[in-house]
Amino acid sequence: MDHAATTPVRPEVVEVMLPYFGTDFGNASSVYGWGRRAHQALDQARDTVAELLGAASNEIIFTSGGSEGANLAIKGVAWAYQTKGKHIITSAIEHHAVLDTALWLKKHGFEVTILPVDEEGFVSPAEVEKALRPDTILVSIMHANNEVGTIQPIAEIGAIVRKHGAFFHTDAVQTAGVLDLNVEELNVDLLSLSAHKFYGPKGVGTLYVRKGVRLDPLIHGGAQERRRRAGTENVAGIVGLAKAFELAREERVAENARLTKLRDRLIEGLQTIPSSKVNGSLSQRLPNNVNVCFQYIEGESMLLNLDLRGIAASSGSACTSGSLDPSHVLLAMGLTHEIAHGSLRLTLGRDNTESDVDFVLQEIPVIVERLRKMSPLYQG
Amino acid sequence: MYSDKVMDHFTNPRNVGEIADADGIGEVGNARCGDIMKLWIKVDGDVITDIKFKTFGCGAAIATSSVITEMAIGKSVTEAEQITNQQVAEELHGLPAVKMHCSNLAAEALAAAIEDYRKKAAADSAS
Repeated sequence: MDHAATTPVRPEVVEVMLPYFGTDFGNASSVYGWGRRAHQALDQARDTVAELLGAASNEIIFTSGGSEGANLAIKGVAWAYQTKGKHIITSAIEHHAVLDTALWLKKHGFEVTILPVDEEGFVSPAEVEKALRPDTILVSIMHANNEVGTIQPIAEIGAIVRKHGAFFHTDAVQTAGVLDLNVEELNVDLLSLSAHKFYGPKGVGTLYVRKGVRLDPLIHGGAQERRRRAGTENVAGIVGLAKAFELAREERVAENARLTKLRDRLIEGLQTIPSSKVNGSLSQRLPNNVNVCFQYIEGESMLLNLDLRGIAASSGSACTSGSLDPSHVLLAMGLTHEIAHGSLRLTLGRDNTESDVDFVLQEIPVIVERLRKMSPLYQG
Repeated sequence: MYSDKVMDHFTNPRNVGEIADADGIGEVGNARCGDIMKLWIKVDGDVITDIKFKTFGCGAAIATSSVITEMAIGKSVTEAEQITNQQVAEELHGLPAVKMHCSNLAAEALAAAIEDYRKKAAADSAS
């Protein structure tokens, strides 16, 4: 139950990718048959992705994934527009691919405003408007948060940003294939997504760049992707991305309804555990996301116990974040360190069933109770 | 990432609990970094005869707490306070590098309990 981390590649996706490792292995830049076939496949994938986003094909750049997409969007715009202004706005709960990129730009002379969020993880459109300045060149706010699943009012924020003449990037890594992503309706100028979050291959993603937005490339050395991303295209990966995106969008409505039911069953069941708290919004929430804090215990020890019972999950504890601090998202939402260490994230996917949910609901209370009995903080 | 011995102590921790009439109590760590260890010791003469712990923390934090109770029991307080975090890690057949600093606090918890015991003993003999 860690589908927000990654998903398995669907067999239908593997099938359409395979020819591009073998019979149609050509370099899309070559003029002969193999190259032309690869180029055709690229064009077709680009058209598919563009259509799914409500964009034009020449607004689609294929990348190596979500992190590259965010880096290219933010650094690309910052570099191209630095003579116009050097102010960038983002939020405290962004993925590190956005936050760390913004902070890197700060070291290179840009000014960065990091907006706070409320206790449910929402960025306020009014706060965005207050933070916009004449020298603001870019605003980057994620579509939905990867840890707590809160869905931001992107269209509303986008309209405000546009009114003030800045560009707007959204990290849609968690929402691609899940929510309706129409770049016109969302009022975005740049949007990044990653295939492996929607049953596509790892190492491939897309950055949508609205026509008229200039972008300095991160990778130089070739004319690929309209000179914005050099390097021989990952044809098989790109074909896989387009297929996976297409399938996800076809099945989206039915699958979301199924996942929402499972999600709510999980949330309801976990809330019966004393001293627990659901993180994030209950109304504007990804259909597959559950995030709960259990007081008095630490996340990694919970994950180890769950793993011993065959359940894969994730946590915002320091031990799992790779730093000494727990999740920056939970801290930004006002949780104390102590409570944030005890967070558990379960993210559902295609292969999860009601009986999986019931198994998890049977195991977690036992694990929580066992760890609490060991905890010096618990007076039970 | 954890050794079998760490997982053994994590899944079957030894000596979990509290000692109501403990001779020394030590607590180290803080909730901010996500590890708190509390140790209770019972001392007879100069020897640690009973030891219990409670830990809030990750797998390594729980395993180091558990294993040090086995290492310390039956030792004199002077011997026990010489146990180092490094020895605790070795006893567990090693810990992941990232855990060596943040979660390997058991020797400090034991030293704190022994210090508490010494203070109490000195106060008792003075009165």
